[in-house]
Amino acid sequence: MPTVSMTVNGKTVRRDVDPRTLLVNFLRNDLRLTGTHVGCDTSQCGACVVHADGRAIKSCTSLALSCDGMAVTTIEGLATGADLHPMQEAFRQHHGLQCGYCTPGMIMTAIDLVARKGHHLDEHTIREELEGNICRCTGYHNIVKAVAAGAEAMKAPAEVPAMAAE
Amino acid sequence: MSATGIGAPVLRREDKRYITGKGQYVDDVNRYGQAHAFFLRSPHAHARILSIDTAEAEAEPGVVAVYTGQHLADDKVGGLICGWMIHSKDGSPMKAGPHPALAQGKVRYVGDHVAVVIADTYSEAKDAAEKIVVDYEVLDAVVDTAGARTAGGEPVHEVAPDNTVFEFHLGNREPTEAAFARAAHVTKIDLVNNRLIPNAMEPRAAVGDWDAGTDTFTLYTTSQNPHVARLVLSAFIGIAPEHKLRVIAPDVGGGFGSKIFIYAEETVCVWAAKKVGRPVKWCAERTEAFLSDAHGRDHVTHAELATDAGGRVIGLKVHTVANLGAYLSTFSSSVPTYLYAPLLSGQYDIPAIYVEVDAVYSNTAPVDAYRGAGRPEATFVIERLMEVAARELGKDPAEFRRQNFVTSFPHQTPVIMCYDVGDYAASLDKALATVDYVGFPARRAESERRGMLRGLGFSAYIEACGIAPSAAVGSLGAGVGLWESAEVRVNPVGTVEVLTGSHSHGQGHETTFAQLVSDRLGIPIDNVSIVHGDTDKVQMGMGTYGSRSGAVGMSAIVKALDKIETKARKVAGHVLEAAEGDIEFKDGKFTVKGTDKSIDFASVALQAYVAHKFNGQELEPGLKEGAFYDPTNFTFPSGVHICEVEIDPDTGVTRIERWVAVDDFGVLINPMIVEGQVHGGIAQGVGQALFEGTVYDSSGQLLTASYMDYQMPRAYDFPRFSVETTETRCPSNPLGIKGCGEAGAIAAPPAVINAITDALGHEDIAMPATPRAVWRAIRRTPQKMAAE
Repeated sequence: MPTVSMTVNGKTVRRDVDPRTLLVNFLRNDLRLTGTHVGCDTSQCGACVVHADGRAIKSCTSLALSCDGMAVTTIEGLATGADLHPMQEAFRQHHGLQCGYCTPGMIMTAIDLVARKGHHLDEHTIREELEGNICRCTGYHNIVKAVAAGAEAMKAPAEVPAMAAE
Repeated sequence: MSATGIGAPVLRREDKRYITGKGQYVDDVNRYGQAHAFFLRSPHAHARILSIDTAEAEAEPGVVAVYTGQHLADDKVGGLICGWMIHSKDGSPMKAGPHPALAQGKVRYVGDHVAVVIADTYSEAKDAAEKIVVDYEVLDAVVDTAGARTAGGEPVHEVAPDNTVFEFHLGNREPTEAAFARAAHVTKIDLVNNRLIPNAMEPRAAVGDWDAGTDTFTLYTTSQNPHVARLVLSAFIGIAPEHKLRVIAPDVGGGFGSKIFIYAEETVCVWAAKKVGRPVKWCAERTEAFLSDAHGRDHVTHAELATDAGGRVIGLKVHTVANLGAYLSTFSSSVPTYLYAPLLSGQYDIPAIYVEVDAVYSNTAPVDAYRGAGRPEATFVIERLMEVAARELGKDPAEFRRQNFVTSFPHQTPVIMCYDVGDYAASLDKALATVDYVGFPARRAESERRGMLRGLGFSAYIEACGIAPSAAVGSLGAGVGLWESAEVRVNPVGTVEVLTGSHSHGQGHETTFAQLVSDRLGIPIDNVSIVHGDTDKVQMGMGTYGSRSGAVGMSAIVKALDKIETKARKVAGHVLEAAEGDIEFKDGKFTVKGTDKSIDFASVALQAYVAHKFNGQELEPGLKEGAFYDPTNFTFPSGVHICEVEIDPDTGVTRIERWVAVDDFGVLINPMIVEGQVHGGIAQGVGQALFEGTVYDSSGQLLTASYMDYQMPRAYDFPRFSVETTETRCPSNPLGIKGCGEAGAIAAPPAVINAITDALGHEDIAMPATPRAVWRAIRRTPQKMAAE
């Protein structure tokens, strides 16, 4: 079996894998990082979104081997100790989740969205950008609010005066 | 109101684990030495199985065992059951065909379970299944709902030669005929309530485990009601007696009804665990969920509404054909009957109603309860009728509704229900103001200037929730009681565990139930934990569906808390050396009336357990109480939703511009969570109206079996919802709760279609109103035709 190595949530991991192993199954079964979920198997629902080298990807349709040498971040890698990532906190504050199954993927997508589009996200942009993430519980109403608030909160404290001066 | 008490928008306590990836769903459960199951499913909608050869599959690498229906029969494993008996109008019982967990002799829908392969890995099981050779004699498939009874050919089940499960009726036939005979106007419509696939984001999953030392089974399963699953698996399917079977439904990723039922896969996993001597795990792929989760809706209806010369509704006649699919799923028979027909009166005072429902088998996936279950179908009928009738009579649809509202309570309908309380005009008035109804003509004119069509549609819905009392549902055919249980365990340090028979799969019970306890006992919410979803912890329960967890589940907790308070007062009396009658309990403190002598709740709890201050022969030590709560009536949430759409006539795309929901849910425990439930319900209802359509071809192949073919609603499909409430307190439970979980899904579809038909200027559009359907419908609009 071929060997795959990558950095997952800051830790280097190395495993022998069946070549057809999907990244999501590598994370869930080999590394026991079960926060990343499988919702559809076809790249449609986004429950499986993780970051690979800083970009959001759907881990249900990525081979583990194709991520060899990459730095992967999963939902488990966002919080620093007891401190939640601002986007995680925003989902909680705005009731942006119900059953929680799509939530890790939503949060990972939202953080990627901020990296690509900045901290001031209007409602239209957020709704369009969530095209690849399906939620069956919330009607998206509070997810949209959470993403907007999380994006604002992700501004580094040092940036705040600069933004205020604009 | 305290910051964490009843009525406070407390942030959810369960969220922490979900947002950090620490939830424990069934697919996250892994047992030592577990094997993996893959189900070989039927590629045919209707076929006789002539032979199954599993020899080659059994020899594949990693394969532990291959089982077929014959193995289940050999082990005398019972079939899956339908737990609600419906009688036809001629008095005969419904015709229930056999439903083995693995097919025996015949397959009856694409996705039906033919064999299971159990192997060391899932990939090995799936690969090996390719080597199973099944010889099928393919039969003609019955697919069409309306045509199922006259399909000819071999019936789906021998017991039902014309594919008819039952012919149900309800209401008063002669008075209804008389009303129609004297009607000034009759409005007639034909409707299809499109078949939906529930699609909770977490696919169904199961892990079966067997302990050889004690001969006990454990089943981890994606269930909304683990105790009912245990009861059915024990008493009917015969896996093991209840005391030898533990069912655990841990975090469950949404249900919407589809996880109420007892399915083939979980049955096979728990049975096979003992056969192979290893835990057996299965998790559905999404396409398997499409194929084999119980679907929803699928009605074909003709309905007529009679009005008198003054515009009063005087009669309603409904005939529905309901497709129940290939087998009777767990509660399938109740959905198009007692969850449907009794709601057809809507919010209106209709003196005469007669309903006939013919339920049919077809070679499609079983159909059962899906969010709303019968009530969305009923609401679609009455709310489309009311809108069309108003238009035909030249009346304002809001005022036509108002004219016919029930205004005095209790109100007995001709179709079983006795509405206890409500103020339908209050919701209507608030909705009209919020949507700016008077400003609509100007908005429509503005749309028209841009070449767009604008329409506004109403839905004034009522639902019956709680699905209780037990004696009432029993008289209607339910095989179970529909009460709820609770146990309150106060620990010696004053912290509290509440064990509930309800199950949370997104509803936030760990927060709302704890709010109730914190409020009542005057203790911090962090000192309360809510335990659910494990039959070894919670003795018995009926689970979560029918918007019943607040009205029934929380009421059981209230009843147990009443007993806790009674006992704690006795203990406090002994400690404070006062008569029990002189003890007051408020804000977590027991005080001797008129004195400053007091003791807090935690100290009383400790005293109850150390038992030094009272005679243990007269007062039992400890502080733990249980209760079973059976309500006195259904609850009747109601409300008015208004949808405003704009349609692009060039593309047929419908955009929802405004959505106003004004709901009367009675007392709210946590308004934040209630609003979230409404949002989600609306999204599912809009999904039904605009996007979601299940398509079987004429041979019974499911063409919509992935998210690439079945359109799920996405974030950009919705505007911001405007959600408000009115309140009339529910008189049939101690908290005054009515329930909120299904309202949006019940209200939304007719609101959308009424808005679209308002924009189109005619009634000829079916759900889902996709851009293609709307584009075609626009070309059928008389004035558009003239213009072109």
